[in-house]
Amino acid sequence: MNVLIYLVPMALLLGLTGLIGLMWTLRTNQYDDLDGAALRILPDDDVDRE
Amino acid sequence: MSEALDLSTFIERKAPGRAHMTLAVEGVGCAGCIRKIEHGLQKLPGIVDARLNFTQRRLAVEWHDGETSAERIVAALAQIGYRAHPFAPEHITAEDDRETKWLLKCLAVAGFAAMNVMLLSISLWAGNISDMTKETRDLFHWLSALIALPAAAYAGQPFFKSAWRAIRSRQLNMDVPITVGVTLALGLSLYETATHAVHAYFDSAIMLLFFLLCGRYLDQAMRRRTRQFAGNLACFSAEVAHKFGSQGELTRVPASVLQPDDVILVQPGEAVPADGTIVSGRSEVDQSLVTGETIPQAVEPGMTIYAGAINCSGALTLKVAAAGGSTLLQEIECLLLRATEAKSRTVRLADRAARLYAPVVHATAAATALGWILVGASVHDAIVAAVAVLIITCPCAIALAIPTVQMVAAGRLFRAGIILNSGDAIERLAAIDTVVFDKTGTLTLPEGVADVSSIDPDVLERAARLALSSHHPLAIALARCARLRIPYAAVKEECGSGVRGEVEGQEARLGGALFCGAKQSSQNKLGAAASTIFFTHAGRVAAIPIRQRLRPDAVVVVRALIARSLRVIILSGDRAEAVEPIARQLGIAQWHAGFTPTEKIAAIEELKSQGRRVLMVGDGLNDAPALAAATVSLSPITAAQLTQVRADALFLGDHLAPVLDAIALSRRAKSLMWQNLWLAVVYNALAVPIAVAGMVTPLIAAAAMSGSSILVTLNALRGRFGQPDFVREARSAPAQAEALPKATARTAEHAPDTLVAANATAARDRLEYAQ
Repeated sequence: MNVLIYLVPMALLLGLTGLIGLMWTLRTNQYDDLDGAALRILPDDDVDRE
Repeated sequence: MSEALDLSTFIERKAPGRAHMTLAVEGVGCAGCIRKIEHGLQKLPGIVDARLNFTQRRLAVEWHDGETSAERIVAALAQIGYRAHPFAPEHITAEDDRETKWLLKCLAVAGFAAMNVMLLSISLWAGNISDMTKETRDLFHWLSALIALPAAAYAGQPFFKSAWRAIRSRQLNMDVPITVGVTLALGLSLYETATHAVHAYFDSAIMLLFFLLCGRYLDQAMRRRTRQFAGNLACFSAEVAHKFGSQGELTRVPASVLQPDDVILVQPGEAVPADGTIVSGRSEVDQSLVTGETIPQAVEPGMTIYAGAINCSGALTLKVAAAGGSTLLQEIECLLLRATEAKSRTVRLADRAARLYAPVVHATAAATALGWILVGASVHDAIVAAVAVLIITCPCAIALAIPTVQMVAAGRLFRAGIILNSGDAIERLAAIDTVVFDKTGTLTLPEGVADVSSIDPDVLERAARLALSSHHPLAIALARCARLRIPYAAVKEECGSGVRGEVEGQEARLGGALFCGAKQSSQNKLGAAASTIFFTHAGRVAAIPIRQRLRPDAVVVVRALIARSLRVIILSGDRAEAVEPIARQLGIAQWHAGFTPTEKIAAIEELKSQGRRVLMVGDGLNDAPALAAATVSLSPITAAQLTQVRADALFLGDHLAPVLDAIALSRRAKSLMWQNLWLAVVYNALAVPIAVAGMVTPLIAAAAMSGSSILVTLNALRGRFGQPDFVREARSAPAQAEALPKATARTAEHAPDTLVAANATAARDRLEYAQ
């Protein structure tokens, strides 16, 4: 069962990373405009044309 | 634009030298719009940032103070092709956003904790029946405690706070058993862990919080969405007033910032932005939105007119009435207040369930503990059993049962063109057995339509093109018949009389009887149900009646309502001669004309005292109190603003079918709510005896809880599919009910000229894009 010593912290760490990530997206207002975000990927004007 | 538009009240200054403004934008529908608007604004000098929120259709702009102005930004947007309305960020909206975000954070924390605790718990359950050592079990219990305790302290706040508020006001709500259950379960688990026991209940407590938060969040998200939508609509219909400054110069200001004693100018064709006394000018005003009366009323200096009336012919100078001095609005507000109080007494289904449920849960848990002690079990075992009862019965499924159905139903209604103002409107709509309609603007369309059956097409075309140059509501109705939508050159509008210009080398006039040289008597021949506009050209006079037009599907919808054995009644403020033909055409036997707001309320109260549950559909200012008095209320989107705020739901478009949809979808939703409640009850009925018997293991508790929650959610999702029969019937039936000639049918396609109608179109467009 010694394997638990690093497996359990790893599992928790992974979960925590996800949670912190979600908190960050919330703090930066990324859920305010879900429909807009879906459409903003369509225009190509950020690509340099040769 | 000769006069300046003053938008200073909408500008926020967050940092020195930086100005910020939020605008609600009409007609945004695709990715191209985002780019056009944002890039278009970036080109203006001084713009720091412009970002369009596509979901909310709101644009946030920030600029360097002094380098550009709010007015220039609105003008630039208009040039790109979008109408933008400044948005006063209300305190409530910000509060709402914070609340939603907070709930989502709690939900995230609870979700994280629930996943990790379950990870440990499943290992524990597996370990308990195999070869797990005592030390490993204790380690897993302590780890669970380490995750669950801080998570519950954070994620449980919405419930703890609400329970504390309830207890302080000596009441019980659903959150009290939740709080007691969670606290006891966590406390007991900690004790069990410390005493090296086999079972701990951290998983149950945290799962409970997670599922409850799901329901809470869904509920909040639905209400926030409708509030946002309603906020935008209110913004679109916010009127602009022409205010005289101290030096007599005219500025355009939003009507919401008008102060008593301000002097304003109301031009022909405009809606009166505020109650006031006429200082100078003579005109006719159309009070149909205020009183339901369709014939314009002549006004002169010294008379008082009310917000919402349409100024028909001459320019009026108005002194805005003192806030406390307006008689009609004040009276209506007063009636509203009383009616709203009466309505808040009806209890929502969810609250009713909670009120019944909370004491039962507490009593069962207490009885379990006492019972076990009486039969000689240890205090520890008794408490374990009681906590199990609390957890098993905690209203997971019940908390989800109603919000999930509401969320799904609100989505369906939204797609059918109905915007809910209040979440519990669905329950009340489902229960109604009587439908009361207002006539003007509700059964009929807000704009009149020209009756062209007896008019020579060539004459009509000339008259209609001439009408394009006028702001008079009758002329606007006539102008919709114009095939060639180009106004004649050099047409002059004569205030209070009509328009005249040169058509094919000869003078043509459009307007009142006197102005066109027609005999007054020809007006009366056409009957009282129509207003008449006169046209004279090359010595010939034509009288064109402008009639109120029924909504295209009014007959089908009213028939369908009657077929559903709903009682249909018309209560109108208009004259009997105008109401009677419409009632006859629709087959409505019971109608009342000439009702004042007080009489409307009395009629509705009378119906309610007979035990009837009344749906009121109305749009006028005079309907607002009646809307509030009725069990539930619906308004078309073209309704007066005060009325819109009072209605439980708004419907979009020219059709009356949303009324039918609203009832049908609500009934379905209500039956789903009951099914869900019963599902939850049956689950509890099965699980509680096991818990009382002290035989429940954490596995059973968790399975029962999640199982019932998932089942209830799936059942709610059924509301997305299938369509109630009679809605389909009404939809497929051809609109053969059209009483007016075909020429009028296409008018619906033309862009209406009036402000309110334009809003309705924009709102409909928005809705289509929103789907």
